Amino acid sequence: MKPHRTTLLMLPAFAMLGCIFLAPLAWFFVHTLLIDSDPSDLRDQLVAVLASRAMLRAIVTTNWISLLVTVTVLLLGYPIAYYLANRRGFRFTLVVFCVIVPYFTSIIVRTYSWMVLLGREGLINQALRDLHLISDPLPLLYNQFSIVIGMTYVLLPYMVLTLFAAMKGIDRNLLLAARGMGASGPMIFRRVYLPLSRHGVISGALIVFILSIGFFITPALMGGPSDVMVAMLIERSVEITLDWPGAAVMSLFLLSVTLLLYAVYYRVTDVRRLMGTV
Amino acid sequence: MNGAPLPDGKGALDLDGLTKRYGEERVVDAVSLGIRAGEFFSLLGPSGSGKTTTLMMIAGFVAPDGGAIRVDGADLTRVPPQRRGLGMVFQNYAIFPHLNVFENVAFPLRARRVTEAELRPRVQAALALVRLERFAERFARQLSGGQQQRVAIARAIVFHPPIVLMDEPLGALDKNLRYDMQVEIKDIQRRLGMTVIYVTHDQEEAVNMSDRLAIMNHGRIEQVGPPGDVYQRPHNAFVARFLGEANLIAGTIDRVHAGEAALRTEDGTLLRGSIDGPLEAGRAAALFVRPEQLALGDGGGENRMHGTVARRSFLGSTVRTQVDSGRGVHLLIDMINAGAMRMPEPGSAVTVSWSPACSRILIG
Repeated sequence: MKPHRTTLLMLPAFAMLGCIFLAPLAWFFVHTLLIDSDPSDLRDQLVAVLASRAMLRAIVTTNWISLLVTVTVLLLGYPIAYYLANRRGFRFTLVVFCVIVPYFTSIIVRTYSWMVLLGREGLINQALRDLHLISDPLPLLYNQFSIVIGMTYVLLPYMVLTLFAAMKGIDRNLLLAARGMGASGPMIFRRVYLPLSRHGVISGALIVFILSIGFFITPALMGGPSDVMVAMLIERSVEITLDWPGAAVMSLFLLSVTLLLYAVYYRVTDVRRLMGTV
Repeated sequence: MNGAPLPDGKGALDLDGLTKRYGEERVVDAVSLGIRAGEFFSLLGPSGSGKTTTLMMIAGFVAPDGGAIRVDGADLTRVPPQRRGLGMVFQNYAIFPHLNVFENVAFPLRARRVTEAELRPRVQAALALVRLERFAERFARQLSGGQQQRVAIARAIVFHPPIVLMDEPLGALDKNLRYDMQVEIKDIQRRLGMTVIYVTHDQEEAVNMSDRLAIMNHGRIEQVGPPGDVYQRPHNAFVARFLGEANLIAGTIDRVHAGEAALRTEDGTLLRGSIDGPLEAGRAAALFVRPEQLALGDGGGENRMHGTVARRSFLGSTVRTQVDSGRGVHLLIDMINAGAMRMPEPGSAVTVSWSPACSRILIG
């Protein structure tokens, strides 16, 4: 089969992706696991790293925080997406602006701005103290609470945009029909709107979860000493303990889980097409 | 219990000066109608005539700016749609894609908290009525257009509403299927004895199904009556043209006498026709006559015009001949296509004649 001529247009992008992403990744895995260390030790290495206390704890923490973030983002994002799907004109533009603009701002800037707000001497604690509502500052920063807030803020646009697309695809006549047939508002939501937006919920939740498990900057800056996620553990192995084979094993693990979840994500979007509700 | 006709006298609908404005435009302008219980009533009109807006106000999806809606004497004007208890069939069916046929039809019953034991037989009876018993487990995407239409109908009647509203329900179906569905809908309506308010722009559909119909134009009702009456005795040129083909011959009133008037055409011919109300001589008017009332030759009646055959078109069971009679008068003549019948060739001079009894003099 002759490749389409427009395929050539993709060549620069593919070349760049290959050079700066795939090649280093392959080099890293091959070098650390097969050249620097004895390939016959690979299995022991895998077991040793993945079964280590630190790794197990990081896996649990990562999943737990990702789950908290996914649920929080969903609970915040669903009403926003619903609002957007039912508004036009200035209000629509305003809310889209508020949701999208942070998306284009550096993640480090956004994380530091939350630290300014939540810190021990931060704006929130100061305000509460000036109002004499509290005497000692609340522990708002350097714990799971602050990680979840920071990550939620960063990941919200992904959820809102995914849900918005799903909700825009819902035929308004179906909602009118449900009303005409005597259904109350809550019943229409439960029996019609929610099921019809479900694929959006699943896609959005998967995207947010996938992005969460690889998060580094926000938990590293806003988390406490015990909140170590897998990505942070990898960074420590590379930078501090210089255990590159260990880092490679952990990276490989994280990459496989991510790819697996992406496979699920594509299955979900395929099912959506099969349902004919796109 | 299902399939039983409704108790007599349920499902009468009164519209009283119903009005809807969008900005300056009155899309529905003081529409008043009395629809009897058990009647098949069509709202017929071109797009933008306000027929769908009227239906949406009856359903409760559009709030009227004035007037009242009453069902069996009860004022529903401010009642939200979910409490009106009316059945509705949407133009694009509006079948829930995530529910199978059974659950779609069960939806109105679930909304009314009908018990599971009672729900099953009622859904099955409704599906039997539209001959879809064997499709209960299917989803909309696995059904043909006609089958989806049946699901929408079953869903609209399953809770025994006294009135069912239908918004161009057959618009998306092809021509043959459309006729079958007309017969089927009419049959279900008769069996259940429910009132149907049917919106369409297809005059054939409206004539075929309705007990009575209302012709709408620019938000107003032009004429109400049984299809035959409206077809034979249109009140004005718009109705005459909208419901079927019409010959309208312009002229001025020459004289008026006992429910009849004589019209003088531009070339001086005098044509007679019946009138409804008083008319004064000298007024501009038009003589209306249906193409099938005209005959070639002078045996058709006392109204006569002369002209040349311009063209002939074969329409299946009828043959349409156009005769040009000078001064922009084109007469259409429809004749039954009776095989070996001899028709005049285009270009030949002919006389066209018809009876004053089937002619009407219309103003405007």
